Amino acid sequence: MDLELTPDQELLRDTTRKFLQATVPLIEVRALAENPAGFDRGWWQKGAELGWTSLLVDEQRGGGNISGEGLRDLALVAEEMGAMVSPGPLIATNVVAQTLSCDASDEFAQQVLPGLLSGESVAAWCVAEPGRAVTPDGMTLQARRDGDEFVLDGVKCPVEAGIEADWLLVTATGSDGLSQFLVPSSAPGLRITPLCGLDLVRRHAEIRFEDVRVPASAVVGVVGCAALSFERQIQTALVLQCAEIVGATDRVFDFTVQYAFDRSSFGRALASYQALKHRFADMKLWIESAQAITVDATRAAQAGAPDAAEVIRIAKAYVAERCPELIQDCIQMHGGIGVTWEHNLHLYLRRVVVHRQTYGDPMQQRDQVAILAER
Amino acid sequence: MTVTTAAPGGLAEDLDAFRTRAKEWVTTNLELLNGADPYLGHATDDADHVMRAKAIQRKLWDAGFAGVCYPVEYGGRGLPAEYQDAFIEVTYGYELPRLFNIPTFTIILPTILDFGTEEQKQRFIPAALKGEELWVQFLSEPTGGSDLAGALTRAERHDEVFILNGSKIWSTYAWKSDYALCVARTDWDVPKHQGLSVLIVKVHQPGITITKIKHVDGTDDFCQEFFDDVPIPADHVLGQVNDGWNVASRLLLHEREAMSGSSPYAMAPRTAAHESDQVSAAALAQVSGGVNDPRVRQLVGEARVLTRVHTALVGRIGTSIRTGRLPASAGSISRLSNGMLRVRLASIAIEIAGDRAVAWHDDDPTGALGVAYLGRQGVCIGGGTTEITRNIISERVLGMPRERAEDLDRPFRDVRTNAAVPRDR
Repeated sequence: MDLELTPDQELLRDTTRKFLQATVPLIEVRALAENPAGFDRGWWQKGAELGWTSLLVDEQRGGGNISGEGLRDLALVAEEMGAMVSPGPLIATNVVAQTLSCDASDEFAQQVLPGLLSGESVAAWCVAEPGRAVTPDGMTLQARRDGDEFVLDGVKCPVEAGIEADWLLVTATGSDGLSQFLVPSSAPGLRITPLCGLDLVRRHAEIRFEDVRVPASAVVGVVGCAALSFERQIQTALVLQCAEIVGATDRVFDFTVQYAFDRSSFGRALASYQALKHRFADMKLWIESAQAITVDATRAAQAGAPDAAEVIRIAKAYVAERCPELIQDCIQMHGGIGVTWEHNLHLYLRRVVVHRQTYGDPMQQRDQVAILAER
Repeated sequence: MTVTTAAPGGLAEDLDAFRTRAKEWVTTNLELLNGADPYLGHATDDADHVMRAKAIQRKLWDAGFAGVCYPVEYGGRGLPAEYQDAFIEVTYGYELPRLFNIPTFTIILPTILDFGTEEQKQRFIPAALKGEELWVQFLSEPTGGSDLAGALTRAERHDEVFILNGSKIWSTYAWKSDYALCVARTDWDVPKHQGLSVLIVKVHQPGITITKIKHVDGTDDFCQEFFDDVPIPADHVLGQVNDGWNVASRLLLHEREAMSGSSPYAMAPRTAAHESDQVSAAALAQVSGGVNDPRVRQLVGEARVLTRVHTALVGRIGTSIRTGRLPASAGSISRLSNGMLRVRLASIAIEIAGDRAVAWHDDDPTGALGVAYLGRQGVCIGGGTTEITRNIISERVLGMPRERAEDLDRPFRDVRTNAAVPRDR
């Protein structure tokens, strides 16, 4: 949690928290596990009314935020969503909406953005590829010019919200360089296959592009010049992932500390055993560290700081490595009940480990941090 | 907040003017470090270290940059913390008298401000700010490390003096220092915390013998002191007689503030040393193949990740203590982080250096990494072990039950100790 919030930001956080507690308590999250999309469109539209989809979009394109710091605001929403292991395509939709706001033509923006902003439609960013790093160099999906059209060929997997998305933002490479296209999910030649996954309410898909023909107007930004947009998109995704992880882990740590006070063994509270107290002290260090670096990364991204690229990757490397381990420690503190379906611990663990592994895992982030340091 | 104050020459000085003046002054009056160790500066040896530090501190005093946040009546400038922050900012990369930073300015003087008599404050605070007197802490004893309140060093009242006997250990650079705050037992017939007093001790005087302790890496910063009937004037007790635990607790609080980066009296950011670790890890990586080796990339990446996260943590804990989100004892979280960070960095360094960390040509910098690894655990021991630190975090920050103690409910005379000296004579 950012320690320096404006009253408006506190209001956004509190409103989001109350809305999530009222509409998607954990029992509802469990029920949504049976829902193919993992969330209800009507519910998502109500969330959109609270600002969940518009904070990274320019006012002139229908978005806006009160603080002037849309990403910091959205990170607060993400933290609350993490604390509630909330459903909803938060990262995917916001990354695409931000890109359309920044890079798309007026015509394209007017066609797609209103639906994303209202929550009536949903978008996904097709970026990860099997066995490849989530970096510009890792992209192999080909975009080939053919007259006035582009032909897309390749595989994107896993694609967050790929099943329910109406629009796909596709990052591709080719003789022109790195380019991005916005493609309706109904386009001929797309093969969208739902994947099994750990998170109960966030879904991923494999999307195969087989001679998918798109008009030149599907290009978002300039052909061959998508590297800067890619960096902005991955920064947004990583910041929101860190915020969700921290929100989830903070909640788990809090109820585990409480459990240590409440639970007795050999006639004493668990919290009285030094062997356990020392582990809780370590956990306190880790959760404070995770929060601290997430706030720094969010602010750096928001400000476009010179070191933002590095700090954000440092945050993902640390938070995504440490927090799943912290939750595993909390499970250990709970004993047998901690590994049951009945206890809510696994809902949180599912969420953070999915974030750990997607949009570049800690090992990839450390690699990039070292490369940035050499420059 | 707009603050104006009288600068030397009587001019009102707002924050921007202060920063500008400091920047100009620094460039003409301080030397650039140019890669020298920030702590040692350009000192050629131990004696030179002390002389340089005192001389530079005197220059700061003369220019109105000493004791920026200390009260005007004791020689300070009486300015808010933003002024000190501005000074730290503009002096980055320059040689500063960091020898004075810890404990003199961040731990000792704040405690004297809290508990000193008017005479003590007038006598000791300006002298330190002028760079004339350097301080050291006499806290730990050979008979017990982390259990400060179990002190066996004794001070017996004889008319207008206390007679000090016993021994202290792990005091850093005691032989370079002029004065010490010393925790001693003044009453053996009450429970441990109720019979302590804190004394102001002149370091170089008959009856005090200082021996250097050779550290595993060959350095000899640490000392042990032996007190043999040392007379301490009765007006050199800081705070009330037998209220020493209260004083010592405040001393430790200021120490945590210093360590966690939340002290307004620090003249340098605590993170500076870590920045140099980070640079050396990157430099080392280049020597050993750099980014071409994926294994080295992982290690360099990890070192940078942990270092930057620690910096973020220290800032967050400092803010949390200032705003009351966390109690002052949360400084222990930063202390634990520092220990864990340094231990891992020391290991990363030898992982990158490989066998050159254990067998090296005499001009090869990798040897220093192997030697540093030998003393690695020091950062988890000095200043209170990380075990005690974890007790503090779990008990005082998280509110968990305290460890059982068998020395709280009886006169200290009856407590089991590791006493190597007789209790009574």
